[in-house]
Amino acid sequence: MLSPSSGNTIIKSKLISRRMFLLTAAKAVVMVGIVGRLVSLQINERTKYKTLSDKNRFREWKLAPERGVIRDFFDQEIASNQQVYQVHLIPENSKDIERLFVRLKTILNITDKRLFILKKIIAKQKPWEPIIVSDNITWSEFSRLNLFLHELEGVKPVVSVARMYPDNSSAHILGYVSQVSTKDLQNKKYLKDLHVPGMSIGKTGLERKLDQEIIGKIGFQRYEVNAYGKRIKQIQINQGQAGKSFKTTLDYEVQKYTNELLKDKAAAVCVMDVYNGDIISLVSSPTFDPNQFVHGLDKDYWDSLIKNEMRPLTNKAISGLYPPGSTIKTLVALSALENGIIKPLDTFTCKGKIELYGEKFHCWEKDGHGIVNLRKGIQRSCDVYFYEVARKLGVDRLSRTAKKFGLGKKVLNGLIEERSGVVPNTKWKKKFIGQNWYLGETLHSGIGQGYFQSTPLQLCLMTAQLANGGFKIQPRILLDDKKNNLKDYLKYKNENPNDPLPTDLLLSNFDLQPLFKNQEHINLVKDAMYASSNEPGGTSYRHRFENKKFTFAGKTGSSQVKRFTEAQREAEVKQENLPYKDRDHALFVAFAPYQDPKYAISVLVEHGGSGGKAAAPIAKKVIKKVLDRHELRQTINNLIGENV
Amino acid sequence: MFRTRSIQSSLSFKDKILSIDYILVISIFILGLVSILAMYSTDGGKFDYHTKSHILRFFVFFGMFIFLSFIQIRFWHSQSYLIYILFFILLLGVKYFGLTSSGSKRWLDLYFMNLQPSELMKIGLILFLAKYYHRISIENINQIKYLFLPIVVLIAPVILVSTQPDLGTALLIAAGGLTVAWLAGVRVKFFAFSGLAFIALLPIAISFLKPYQKSRILTFLNPERDPLGAGYQIIQSKIAIGSGGFFGKGFLQGSQSYLDYLPEKHTDFIFTLFSEEFGFFGSLFILFLYAIIVWRLVKIGNLTRSNFGKLYCYSFATAFFIYVVVNMMMVLGLLPIVGSPLPIMSYGGSSMMAIMLGLGIAMSCKVYKDTPVN
Repeated sequence: MLSPSSGNTIIKSKLISRRMFLLTAAKAVVMVGIVGRLVSLQINERTKYKTLSDKNRFREWKLAPERGVIRDFFDQEIASNQQVYQVHLIPENSKDIERLFVRLKTILNITDKRLFILKKIIAKQKPWEPIIVSDNITWSEFSRLNLFLHELEGVKPVVSVARMYPDNSSAHILGYVSQVSTKDLQNKKYLKDLHVPGMSIGKTGLERKLDQEIIGKIGFQRYEVNAYGKRIKQIQINQGQAGKSFKTTLDYEVQKYTNELLKDKAAAVCVMDVYNGDIISLVSSPTFDPNQFVHGLDKDYWDSLIKNEMRPLTNKAISGLYPPGSTIKTLVALSALENGIIKPLDTFTCKGKIELYGEKFHCWEKDGHGIVNLRKGIQRSCDVYFYEVARKLGVDRLSRTAKKFGLGKKVLNGLIEERSGVVPNTKWKKKFIGQNWYLGETLHSGIGQGYFQSTPLQLCLMTAQLANGGFKIQPRILLDDKKNNLKDYLKYKNENPNDPLPTDLLLSNFDLQPLFKNQEHINLVKDAMYASSNEPGGTSYRHRFENKKFTFAGKTGSSQVKRFTEAQREAEVKQENLPYKDRDHALFVAFAPYQDPKYAISVLVEHGGSGGKAAAPIAKKVIKKVLDRHELRQTINNLIGENV
Repeated sequence: MFRTRSIQSSLSFKDKILSIDYILVISIFILGLVSILAMYSTDGGKFDYHTKSHILRFFVFFGMFIFLSFIQIRFWHSQSYLIYILFFILLLGVKYFGLTSSGSKRWLDLYFMNLQPSELMKIGLILFLAKYYHRISIENINQIKYLFLPIVVLIAPVILVSTQPDLGTALLIAAGGLTVAWLAGVRVKFFAFSGLAFIALLPIAISFLKPYQKSRILTFLNPERDPLGAGYQIIQSKIAIGSGGFFGKGFLQGSQSYLDYLPEKHTDFIFTLFSEEFGFFGSLFILFLYAIIVWRLVKIGNLTRSNFGKLYCYSFATAFFIYVVVNMMMVLGLLPIVGSPLPIMSYGGSSMMAIMLGLGIAMSCKVYKDTPVN
């Protein structure tokens, strides 16, 4: 056994202690390092790591809000919501997506193309975000799915709500909803925080205009999830907010009735309250099924819409542009009266045509109307009379009056489909066509042909503003609580027939905007329209109502699609014998009842031939329907505080 | 011989009890209680398997520690080589009869527990070298022939353990052995040379590394390299600790561990869990407890008169410190992930047993501080 000396031991012990001291110093340094690290992680960067920890911990699933409904004036839902059965899939919950799809295909009706799209979506998004395999399956498919659910890991049957349109009559003005596209996401800022897979947005019509408000606020479920993606508990749920519902001025019954009348025609009808501008009906035909757009459009259906030469997707009432034809004669006459160009009893002689500037201008009546004054000119729609008036009036004065009455600019706001049309004048032609105005063109303008372009809605507004005594109204399709000054004014005038106040002052008191210099001129035009509809020789005399309650005053019109050739004129070719595409568009505007105007109407029938034959009969039926429902409408108007 | 005996016999039972280092005992006890709380939290706030078995182990081995404290320091000295050999045999046993779990063979099935001899070897090597350097004279320490045995007894278990494979424990065993050699006065030059040799051999060593070990090192250098794979543990651990902030998320509120984002939360990442729930101040408290333990161990080394006692206590204190800081630096993202438990806190019977054994021997140095050994 070694026996170290005690001295040796002490030296050794000192060496050990010395070296231990060095180690202790090293330990202190390490300790400081660890504390430093703790300070940096837990104090300096705590916010960052807290965020990361929450990111781990919480997952959010967005909930699509329920879209607001759109109602008609009588609280009928014209764009409502319906329960639908859907199949959702959370990819991370499925162990074998490929096999799952094969299995799903046997249960549901999924095309290979759809599968391809689904796989692309799955590759793009987070594995816990659900994708919608099918957004509208039948009840039998849904129950079959539930039966096999135990072998379909990751699949979730969902009962949801989706847009449903009870009927096609209002498809154009309501528009339709459809899946959000990439372009929508780029263009519409409000969709940025709103995007939920499977959500539909308004693509056309009111659905598009109201989209931001009607879409609602998005909800979310926040879950705490563990590292394996299993939901541990629900932390927060926000159901979101169903979209705002809207009430329109439309009358669903009239919509349906009108739509039925226009069946198989390319046509449009617009009905308006002449005092408050409420649009009672706005129908375009042929219509389409907006429900088809909600759950992914069928290609065959889309093709049938696109290829139909009657253009069912176009809202002809607001985006169809047609020369106003003879319906403009009301404004030509008014403009001439207001500008002192003619007196009501001034006459011209119509021999069927006149020759001016080396050109022949024909009246539609080949044999001529003889001696024609203003009333007769409108009643018979004498072209020669209006050639003469227009020639004296000039296009610039005519265009001022036409613009005042609402032609050439958009009537409603926010509907992207609406078009403004054209009210030509010398300046306009120089600017847009780059040529000087020819005097002959004034004559064409005088009978609403040539450059004139207007929508049925504009013509309806024009008629309404004549009917209400020449006051400007702002048409509306969404019910708001705007006060109606015109009705208040008329009420006041009825109650105080001998008011000493001068008219100007009265008008400004009620904040009204008269469109006339002398109201008598308006009445002359209205009287002439009455003659046109109710006196023998009038262009729509055949379709008059004897009953005073329904008597309307109107003006026919036809807008030329293709110039009538001299040869055709000589051969007395009738419109009916022309090929469909070459026939004139038939127009008719009217207001009713004549004694106490309430509603204005415009009817357009594409390639319908003459207004008197094709458009007036439709107007007659619609007027009857609207007036029959007037009492009912009035009770509601009274309820919301409007009365005349 | 007579004198020694008389000192021994003069120690009454009361003296022995009184001479125990109570600060150390209490610190360890508090740490044990804290570890039970932490374990309770890893079980999701339930009195479950891990908690129960941890409590049992802690109290059994804590009792063992107190019991071992009263064993004569001369016994430890005299049996040091034998203990080393016994542990070495156990390590060999692992090689042939060991249990394999998740790709490595580390455990021996003793029916009542699965023993991990590599943990015991941490203490065994320190004991062996403390005795060895206690016995050779100071002049011989730096002679090459006297360096031969220490190198062998150090390298042999390290190789055995690293082929289990358990690189972390192997390195920690080596660290303990090197500490004794350093304290005994082996020249700095020697350490420098072996360091250089180590660096020179590093490329070869790397080629022997298993792919997962390589990826751990690469991951340590850049945790974002593979955030869902090898980098996952360290990223989640940092998130857990960082999100604890000043005061932590509260007991049983550590979302990272409770929602299973934290890997190995019972064992290597127990500090992370604690730090997440009790924040910066909680972490400081743990560090403080460990610092006290190390301080008391060093203090015992100062008090004990034998160089064996000094060498053992200083080395064990240092090794203990290394175990603690390696684990902490690992979970804090300062070192690569090598499996190394946090003494006393981590779940694991062998580790607890080894630490309590080491502490018991150290305490014995305190109780018999004046007893010479030779």
